[in-house]
Amino acid sequence: MEYEKIPAEQFRFVQKDESLHDKALQTKARGFFADAMIRFGKNKSSVIATVILLLLILYSIFAPIISVYDIQEKDKLYVNYPPFVASVAKKNLGILDGSRIFRSQNDVSMNSWRGIAEETGMDPVLGVVGTHETQVKYRGQMVTRLVYDLEINAYYAIGIVYQVLPFAEYEKIQAWQNETGIQVIYPYVERKDISDISDNANLWYKVDSKGAAQLDADGNFIPVYSTREEIAAPYNSIRIPSDPGNYIYSFIRSGAAECRINYYNYFRYLHDGGEPSYIMGTNALGQDIFCGIGVGARFSILFAILVSAINLTIGAFYGAVEGYYGGWVDMTLERISDILSGVPFIVVTTLFQLHLAQKVGVVGSFLFAFVLTGWIGMAALTRRQFYRFKGQEFILAARTLGASDKRLMFKHIFPNGIGSIITSCALVIPGVISSETSMTYLGIVDLTTYAGTTIGTLLSQGNAVVTTAPHAMLYPSIFLGLLMICFNLFGNGLRDAFNPTTRGIDD
Amino acid sequence: MFKYVLQRILYMFFVFMIITFMCFVLIRMLPVPALPPNDPHTPILMARREALGYNKPYLVQFWIFIKNVFTKFDWGVSEKLYIGRNVWDVFVEKLPATMIVNLYSILWTIPVGIALGIWAALKKNTWIDYTISTLTMVVISVPSFVYAFLVQYIFCFQLRWFPFLMKGGTDYFSWEMFKSIIPPILSLSFGVIAGFTRTTRAELTEVLTSEFMLLARTKGLTKTQATVRHALRNCFVVIVPGIFGEFIGILGGSLIIEKIFSIPGVGGLTLNAINGLDYNVFILSTCFYTAIGLAAGLVVDVSYGFIDPRIRMGSKK
Repeated sequence: MEYEKIPAEQFRFVQKDESLHDKALQTKARGFFADAMIRFGKNKSSVIATVILLLLILYSIFAPIISVYDIQEKDKLYVNYPPFVASVAKKNLGILDGSRIFRSQNDVSMNSWRGIAEETGMDPVLGVVGTHETQVKYRGQMVTRLVYDLEINAYYAIGIVYQVLPFAEYEKIQAWQNETGIQVIYPYVERKDISDISDNANLWYKVDSKGAAQLDADGNFIPVYSTREEIAAPYNSIRIPSDPGNYIYSFIRSGAAECRINYYNYFRYLHDGGEPSYIMGTNALGQDIFCGIGVGARFSILFAILVSAINLTIGAFYGAVEGYYGGWVDMTLERISDILSGVPFIVVTTLFQLHLAQKVGVVGSFLFAFVLTGWIGMAALTRRQFYRFKGQEFILAARTLGASDKRLMFKHIFPNGIGSIITSCALVIPGVISSETSMTYLGIVDLTTYAGTTIGTLLSQGNAVVTTAPHAMLYPSIFLGLLMICFNLFGNGLRDAFNPTTRGIDD
Repeated sequence: MFKYVLQRILYMFFVFMIITFMCFVLIRMLPVPALPPNDPHTPILMARREALGYNKPYLVQFWIFIKNVFTKFDWGVSEKLYIGRNVWDVFVEKLPATMIVNLYSILWTIPVGIALGIWAALKKNTWIDYTISTLTMVVISVPSFVYAFLVQYIFCFQLRWFPFLMKGGTDYFSWEMFKSIIPPILSLSFGVIAGFTRTTRAELTEVLTSEFMLLARTKGLTKTQATVRHALRNCFVVIVPGIFGEFIGILGGSLIIEKIFSIPGVGGLTLNAINGLDYNVFILSTCFYTAIGLAAGLVVDVSYGFIDPRIRMGSKK
């Protein structure tokens, strides 16, 4: 096209009688936080982590409330027992059935399991896992015997235990038996009838001196329940089916009644008829782990949030002063934080525990230990942000207009750095939880009287019985691992979302 | 450079002395533990306490302590755990166990970690990279006692490959001993591998996208040549100080791992000193951990300067 000679009539005014305006913005205005949230939402792994994190926090809030057992309830005998819920166990699904593997069970022990099953009506044997043949020497000859690996319901396996009851309690249990029809007290067996074996309450049949059952010709147990009425306290309650009516149910021993108690039913008596339901089993103190994890996590999370909030405040002020004034102020304050950050955390914790625990309590001194060195990272971060912004033109402009130092620091510089400061807080929380757990795990800080239990305490109790009761370590480990992973993923997601250099890249 | 290093060492020493002084005074302020009445060591220990100035002002006590440490290397005697024994001797006895476990652990984890990091960076934005990065993230988050539990349960209990606890005795290089320290080595390794993978990947991806890499390719280097000679060298500026720091850290070890596998090391000694309130041992442990922390920071800073001439911080001033 020819541009040199354009005829005049082809020209026309862009505007003649109207004024020109910019068009109103068609796109929606989007703030800094909204933008960050949108970018956070695009990060799939962080979103998933956030959801799981919320679930874990909900767990820690509600588990202690919905749990059947309080954290202070410590069962004396159901200690380190595997997960068990009576209603699920009865369906034979293979889960939550309190099963524990007992290896190399010979005929004698098979009979003792049978004895428990016959007397209490609760068969502890869930199944046979394996059968092996072994050669044993019997009366000078090698004989092949079968031994079994059994899956045993640990809650039933305990069977009958001896318990010395005050007479009032004895009467109360009888009344409860009459009311519910659940047999707690079983007929008494005198020690002389069971070859003077005194530590096994599960013997109600004729045994030899080693505790092996002596069966009759048909292979049945021979009951040896005592009928000597003169040694027993009066008993007016339900009797076991095989009782002809003259069995005695207790033995008077130093002003109280010694009884053979079916522990499973005694547990129900103690818990108003409720059967044991430990979803995650019990720990070394007989506490419910399901409840314990919730209680511990609740403390850890609250404590971590409190610590981060305090450290954030102190660190922000300290870093602001350092970064804004610079020069010798910065120099001096940096030296102080250098010294404080050089003290190993374990030493700080120990010294605070030794010095302050009596005055301000264990939790208070633990909190001080965290606060003493915890703010340094936050201060360094704030200081960097201040160095970044304090030389920029808008600060010069504000200063020229007469803004005071305080106003410049907290109205002009601080809001610019707040994104990265807040997101680092999300990464501080898992750090605090981790060190808190380590310290309670190592036993340097003992929070059990204050918080009931903590994840670290649960883990250290579980670690002592890692071979016999792996569940006691497994569930707290899973919880802690998930909590850490989710907190870190969440924090990383936040950091990426608030990172100004990635802003608007993928819009 | 020499002046800078000297400055840093002096400064570190100064910080170390202040920390030692603070902890020393805080420990001496605690009630002095009673000695067992009928022990033959008791009169000697009482005399020692007198000589150390237990009833004099704290500054005098600190002066005596520092004088003993610097002139005779005398850190005092244990009053509870190893009654009457020189604390430093006990400490030196415990050091090899800690060092050997950590040494083995970092000897194989650092190469593996760096290799994984390089692999992930070279395959950036492929499934390999995603897998490695996610695993790294997960592994770094999980605390070490969880690994210790898994290792102990799976390898020691279910498979019965290794013993549960570290073997006693001082034959640190025998096969039996090596077998018994594999579980703690494994438990320590996950975190170190993940740490190095993450650093290497982050550094290398940044270097690989920089302009001099494009130049290197443009002037005709193959991808391998460019990566090995230019990218890796630059990314080692960050990694090598980390390795040095890690090597200093082997002295410190991990309290948790030492407790779980009952390693007769420095960490266990410190824990026992804390629980048994053996203050002389505790002061020595405090000084030791402080010194290690400071030394690691110093080595990292100084090695930056040595490796990368662009970062000679001190020489500018």
